[in-house]
Amino acid sequence: MTNNLISIVRSRWDKYNFLFEELVKRDFKKKYKRTYLGIIWSMLGPLMQLGVMVLVFTHFFGRDIPHFPLFVFSGITMFNFFRESTEQGMMSLTANSGVLTKVKVPKWLFLLSRNTSALLNFTLILVVFFVYAFFDGVPFHPRFLLLIYPVITLTLFNIGAGLVLSALFIFFKDVQYLYNIGMMLVMWLSAIFFDISTFSENTQRLFLLNPVFTHIQYFRLVVLQGVVPSWHIQLLCSLYAVAALGVGAFFYKRYNYKFIYYM
Amino acid sequence: MTISLNNVGIRYMIGDFRNLGLKDFVIQQIRRQYTAKEFWAVDSVSFTLEKGDFLGIVGNNGAGKSTLLKVIAGIMQPSRGSIHVEGRIAALLELGAGFDGDLTVRENTFLRGALMGYSREFMHEMYGDIVAFAELEEFVDRPFRQLSSGMKSRLAFSIACLVRPEVLILDEVLSVGDGAFKTKSEARMKEIIANGATTIFVSHSMAQMRQLCNKVLWLHKGKQMEFGEAGEVLDKYEAMLNKK
Repeated sequence: MTNNLISIVRSRWDKYNFLFEELVKRDFKKKYKRTYLGIIWSMLGPLMQLGVMVLVFTHFFGRDIPHFPLFVFSGITMFNFFRESTEQGMMSLTANSGVLTKVKVPKWLFLLSRNTSALLNFTLILVVFFVYAFFDGVPFHPRFLLLIYPVITLTLFNIGAGLVLSALFIFFKDVQYLYNIGMMLVMWLSAIFFDISTFSENTQRLFLLNPVFTHIQYFRLVVLQGVVPSWHIQLLCSLYAVAALGVGAFFYKRYNYKFIYYM
Repeated sequence: MTISLNNVGIRYMIGDFRNLGLKDFVIQQIRRQYTAKEFWAVDSVSFTLEKGDFLGIVGNNGAGKSTLLKVIAGIMQPSRGSIHVEGRIAALLELGAGFDGDLTVRENTFLRGALMGYSREFMHEMYGDIVAFAELEEFVDRPFRQLSSGMKSRLAFSIACLVRPEVLILDEVLSVGDGAFKTKSEARMKEIIANGATTIFVSHSMAQMRQLCNKVLWLHKGKQMEFGEAGEVLDKYEAMLNKK
C-alpha cells in the first residue's frame, strides 16, 4: 500500500518535475518582471515592512509586549503567506485556462507551482525576520528547528484551501468577493496586533478554531516566549492540514474533469 | 487500430450556475426551480483509424469539431461512450497556448517544451535547433510580447514539430509564417506525416482536404453524418453545401 503510493508519487515526479520547475520559475519571475530591482524586491519589501513596524510599534504602541515589532511581524508574515497562497491558488486554474483547455496537462500542477512560489517568498521573509530577531536580542535556541513543522502544516493547509477555492472559483466568480470578506475576518481573528492573553481562558480557546491563528501562536510561542507549544496545538496544526487537504483532494477528484466545461 | 471512438458524446450544460451566479443559483435551488438544459456538443460519434491514416474532419461552425479534437487529445473526458488512443499524441490545437508575454524567448521555449511533455535533457539538447529552425537566434533574450505574431507562431511551430509524434492532431494549423517559412514548415509537417503518424486534421479548405486525407468524418450539430473514404464523403458534403 505505502510502497504503491511511493511508486505512484515517484513516477508522477519523474514525469512532471521539469514542467513543475518551469512553472515555479515563471510564477516567481513574473512577480518582479518589469521592475528595476527585480527579485531584490522579495527581500527589500519585507525589510521595509519591518522598518515601518519598528518605527510605529516601538515609538507609539505596544510598549508592554516585549519585541512587539517582531510579535506583529510574525503575525503579518504568516497571515500574508496564507493569503498569498490561497489567493494565488484560487486564481491558479482560471488564470491558466488558456493552457488547460488546449494542452493535456494535470491541473493540480498549476496550483502547486503557485503555492511553491509563495512558500519561496515566505522563506525569504523568514530570513529577514530572523536576522532582525538576532539583532533585537531574541535568544536563539535549537528549539527553533521545531518551526519547520508549522511551516509544513500551514503549507499543506494552504494547498488544501487553494484546491477548494480554485474549484469554487471556476463555478462561481462570486467567490472572490466572499473570499475578501473572509480574509478580513480571518485577519482580525488572527490576533496579529494584539495579545490574546488578556482575554478569558474560554475566549483564548476559541481563537484556536482559526487555523491561521493556531500557526501564528505556534510561531510566537517558540520564538518570542521560548517554550515548546503544548501537544494540543501541535495536534491542531496537523489536524487542520489533513482536513483541508482531504476536503481539497475530494473536491478536485470529483470535479476535476468538469472544470474544463466552465473555463 | 490506433484510434477508436465508440459512441462518444460530450454534454455541456447550458443555463446552469455558470450563467446564474451564486445568488440566483441558491435562490433557485431553494425554490426548486433550478433546471439546466443539456446540450450535446458531440453526439454518438464512432469511428476507427489505423496507423498512418489521415483523417479530415469537416462540418459547419459549431459542429463539434474542436470539441471532438479535445477529447481525442485527452484534454476532455467524454460524457458517455469510450475512446481508445494508442501512441504518443501531439496536439496543436492552438500554437500560442502556454506562452507568456513577460518571459523571454528562451524561457518560453523551455516552458512550452515542458508543457508539451518533453524532458529537460531533450529540451537542452534541442534548444539550439528549435531557435535555429524558427530563425530567432538574435531574439532569444527578448521578452516574448515584443515579437511579431509571425515570429511567435514560428517559435510555437518549431517547438511542436520537433518530436516524431505517433498521433498528430491539427486544428487548422498546417503551416505558419511568411512565404519562405510557410514552405519550410509545410515541408516539415509533411515529413512527420510521411513518417507514419496517424493524423487528424480540421480545416475548412476543401482543396487541402482532398489533397491530404484518406478518410473524412462529417459532423453536423454534433451528430455524425458520414464517415468513410475521403472522396465519397467530401462529394456528399460539397453537394450539401451547394444545395444551400
